[in-house]
Amino acid sequence: MFKLLKYLKDYKLQLTIGPACKLLEAIFELIVPLVMADIIDIGVSSGDAGYVLRQGGVMILLGAVGLCSALVCQKSASIASQGSGTKLRNELFHHINTLSFTEIDRIGTPSLITRMTNDINQLQYAVAMLIRLVIRAPFLVVGAMIMATTINLKLSLIFLVASPLIALVLYFIMSKSVPLFKLIQKRLDRLSLISREGLSGARVIRAFHKEDKEQQRFNDANEELAKTAQNVGVLSALLSPLTYAITNLAIVAIVWFGGGLVDTGQLQTGDIIALVSYMTQILLAMVVVANLVVVFTKASASAARVNEVFELEPSIKSGSESELTLDSDKDFIRFDNVSFGYGGGDVLKNISFAVQKGETVGVIGTTGSGKSSLVNLIPRYYDTTSGSVSIGGNNVKNYPLLQLRKLCSVVMQKAVLFSGTIESNLKWGKQDATDEQMNRALEIAQAKEFVDKLPNKIETQVAQGGKNFSGGQKQRLTIARAIIAGAPILILDDSASALDFATDYALRSAIKKNTEGTTVFIVSQRVATVKDADRILVLDDGELVGYGVHKELFERCSEYREICLSQLSAEEVQA
Amino acid sequence: MNRGVVKRILGYTSKYKSYLIGAFLFAVISVCLTLLGPVLTGQAIDYIIGKGNVDFVSVAKILIGLICTTAGVSLFQWLMSLCINRVSYYTVRDMRIDAYKKLNNVPLAYIDTNAHGDIISRIINDIDAVGDGLLQGVTQLFSGIITIVGTLGFMVAINFKIAVVVVLVTPLSLFVAAGIARLSAKMFSKQQRTQGEISGFVEEMIGNQKVVSSFSMEEKNEQEFKRLNDELYICGKNAQFASSLANPSTRFVNGIVYAAVGVIGALSAIAGGLTVGQISCFLTYANQYTKPFNEVTGVISQIQTAIAGGARLFELMDSPNKTPDSENAKELENVKGDIEFDNVSFSYTPDRPLIKSFNLKVKQGQRVAIVGPTGCGKTTLINLLMRFYDVCSGEIKIDGEPVERLTTESIRQSFGMVLQDSWLFNGTVRENIAYGREDATDEEIIAAAKAAYAHSFIMHLPNGYDTVITEDGGNLSQGQNQLLCIARVMLSNPPMLILDEATSSIDTLTEQRVQLAFNKMMQGKTSFVVAHRLSTIKEADIILVMKDGNVIEQGKHSQLLRQNGFYAQLYNSQFAKS
Repeated sequence: MFKLLKYLKDYKLQLTIGPACKLLEAIFELIVPLVMADIIDIGVSSGDAGYVLRQGGVMILLGAVGLCSALVCQKSASIASQGSGTKLRNELFHHINTLSFTEIDRIGTPSLITRMTNDINQLQYAVAMLIRLVIRAPFLVVGAMIMATTINLKLSLIFLVASPLIALVLYFIMSKSVPLFKLIQKRLDRLSLISREGLSGARVIRAFHKEDKEQQRFNDANEELAKTAQNVGVLSALLSPLTYAITNLAIVAIVWFGGGLVDTGQLQTGDIIALVSYMTQILLAMVVVANLVVVFTKASASAARVNEVFELEPSIKSGSESELTLDSDKDFIRFDNVSFGYGGGDVLKNISFAVQKGETVGVIGTTGSGKSSLVNLIPRYYDTTSGSVSIGGNNVKNYPLLQLRKLCSVVMQKAVLFSGTIESNLKWGKQDATDEQMNRALEIAQAKEFVDKLPNKIETQVAQGGKNFSGGQKQRLTIARAIIAGAPILILDDSASALDFATDYALRSAIKKNTEGTTVFIVSQRVATVKDADRILVLDDGELVGYGVHKELFERCSEYREICLSQLSAEEVQA
Repeated sequence: MNRGVVKRILGYTSKYKSYLIGAFLFAVISVCLTLLGPVLTGQAIDYIIGKGNVDFVSVAKILIGLICTTAGVSLFQWLMSLCINRVSYYTVRDMRIDAYKKLNNVPLAYIDTNAHGDIISRIINDIDAVGDGLLQGVTQLFSGIITIVGTLGFMVAINFKIAVVVVLVTPLSLFVAAGIARLSAKMFSKQQRTQGEISGFVEEMIGNQKVVSSFSMEEKNEQEFKRLNDELYICGKNAQFASSLANPSTRFVNGIVYAAVGVIGALSAIAGGLTVGQISCFLTYANQYTKPFNEVTGVISQIQTAIAGGARLFELMDSPNKTPDSENAKELENVKGDIEFDNVSFSYTPDRPLIKSFNLKVKQGQRVAIVGPTGCGKTTLINLLMRFYDVCSGEIKIDGEPVERLTTESIRQSFGMVLQDSWLFNGTVRENIAYGREDATDEEIIAAAKAAYAHSFIMHLPNGYDTVITEDGGNLSQGQNQLLCIARVMLSNPPMLILDEATSSIDTLTEQRVQLAFNKMMQGKTSFVVAHRLSTIKEADIILVMKDGNVIEQGKHSQLLRQNGFYAQLYNSQFAKS
């Protein structure tokens, strides 16, 4: 939890003024009974009605000043807690953005969302409580203890026994419940994972009529959560009865031993009353402390979860700070003996090839042969296990990430659009894109026709995930988005799979015509798509089994020929 | 404050009436004993008069009584907390169950058009807020009311007039609190809404991190996130401050009550109507009496968050349900597989008609292939067939029976469906394959996996069939995901089949083999196939060529080629030279 304290740094003012004002209010609260005592001792005994009224006015004044300082405290608390929470959220979001996919996959999106919302809310609440109560409660405890020692040293020993006992109870309950609070958060994560699956798989679940089973899965996770929450509840519910019992037993001891001291004349009856009221004061303060303990226990569990994210180091870091220049004499893109795996076995084995600027490269192979993995290495979404990938003579590991990402435009297999409008999605590629550029990109991507048919054209709303567009429409829009970026390397990772052949063909010719000088990688299952590429990479089970043009591969590479013959007739192959 | 929401939240607790009554009884006992404590202490002290004048026997008796009350207070306080804990956690649990049930009952259009992050936030965060509010609210309410009633009784017993003054002034603090609550309620619902927006945004951006980073949009996203976050900061700050006004304000009002009691008490003492001892006793009780008002206002922000959360939850619960089956709906049994579309029209949004007066007759056992440019309505036909969406006009008949007269469940169970977006859940490979038939034996599962050409890669996974699939099939390639979904359908072996781009991510070699397995499985069964690879549909009995929501050509492969129309054009484009 302490690692997160730096987010409070900017709120030193609020953190000082807030508790100070709260202290002021507490002091005023303590003065009020004294004023009341004066009313009774002086006003009533002398029968001075004017004095009584005047002191009554003083009490109201004290109350008003107390109100003002309380308001200042509350204002400070809300600024500091919400402000630091906001900052923390911004930082967390920023940090998540720097992480590589491996790390994000490890924690999972639903859990990241809970951490970003639920956990930070707990922390915010803790900060607010900190400002409101943390000074006041110990002030009352310590004050009461000091007052007790001035009355009678021997009896104050009771205080010295009772207070650590209470502290012990607090410690015991806290140490037992912290792990449970963590467990609760974990169970919440599970619940949100199941909800997410239920939403994304709604079609399949309904098709198999598995609503009941999914409901059962959810109910089980829900029941587990409720049980854990119950267990924590049983523990936390012990807190205030136990502290109450300890303080009251201490009161019994004070009265009993105090009685003995009075009997021998070492103590006055009034002193016992005072000691009892101080003990009650400690109890009240301790109840507050107990609540604080619960709040902070929850907060520390949340803090740990937030810190877990902060402690993740991105596995892929920017190479150099300054931009590198590309050496035009060297091969534009080069794979040297590249092997790669996601942790298990190697998905790519000893791959070497070179591509020149402006070439179109087709990548083909069976499912799971490593096509996507291969192109993912170029923009460095993952790092190679051995060997090197270089662009313009520089190893991709040496590029600043931003420059590298600007060099490559990638269209993924899974077409993703973001909520907004078509225009706002296209502008992801280039923020200051003109209408003309956007129209041109739509035209190249074969999307202009259907976009123009939409009632709001380019300003048509896009729902989250682009759900209001068909698979092929989404793919074409994502291609347009990548084209607008105008990067020197364009990677189409099986991104036209939902397009019919006519559109696919028109798309490829348009790309070829309009992106001269751009190096294009086309990953596809279709021979027709890669057939006319300048070079074709044939992958089989992670190995590069062929590299060349269609004709020569068809003659020499058996894997390629097999794929061709599964899709085309003999005349078509020759065409 | 939204009364309806509070009422519905309380409605959920009514199932646990016995716990609530228990909590109330325990609260009564523990509060009464708590009020008794100071009285006993006072009595004990009264026996300690001075040097040599202490009645130890009486003191001991009273102290034993005090120990007993203490034990009683502790015990009953604990029991009360347990009861309330139970009520609030069970309520939270029930609400979640209902919310999830609702998700299974909304029309798909709801799930398709609402941000998933926001829906999840309602199920997780908002319901949590309701639980916290219940826990705090009920605890304070119960002990508060009893303390008020108890002290009021004591005060009336001591001096009726002053008690009346106290009772008359207190509503002032309630009035102040209510005013503040009204002020902050709006801010709270705004805060919750912004929170939902943030969840939605995070879900979208973090969930698609790959795309985000490939466009280097991290910075722009952070700006947008910052904007949302700042909005949350402002409404969060205002909501928190507004609600925290309540506590000091009521405390101030209580201070006035205290001063008024003191002054009036002192004045009547001067006039001779009250003893000093009675004043001090009165002041103690006046303090005790006003405290619950404070405590209630102390948890007001939590209660308001709870109500705002409840409102968002009920908004989800109140969204319209999917059309239920008609009462006399029949089960679709012994499916033959005759399907008829009769003059069907459909659109997702009224202003954009998609399918217009569509007619089609499919006979038992026929293979129907649907081709056409993207966005022409192929997937929509399947949405209608599976009754994910309902037709706007016209009728769909299965075995001569209009689908409205059949149960949705039996229709869906008659179809096996493989979609382009393959869906796997966080479970083992085995569980995912057996999703459609849980009683399948291991041999059957392996046979299905072999038929779908998934067996060999499954055996390469670290734990074979027991490998746990991470969220959304993250540890498998798209093609492998699809093969598992195919194995799932192969295992369930339904009477009719829908393949919507089912093999789009699979290489053609594997696809051909899978296709053979499908052919074997589909012998004599009606099937619908949407595909772009025309090679996979050449053998279909009917090829529907769709464009802009209409069937423009219809027939067998060879017929259509002869027609030399749109289909021929599509087919030949595969081999066009680029």
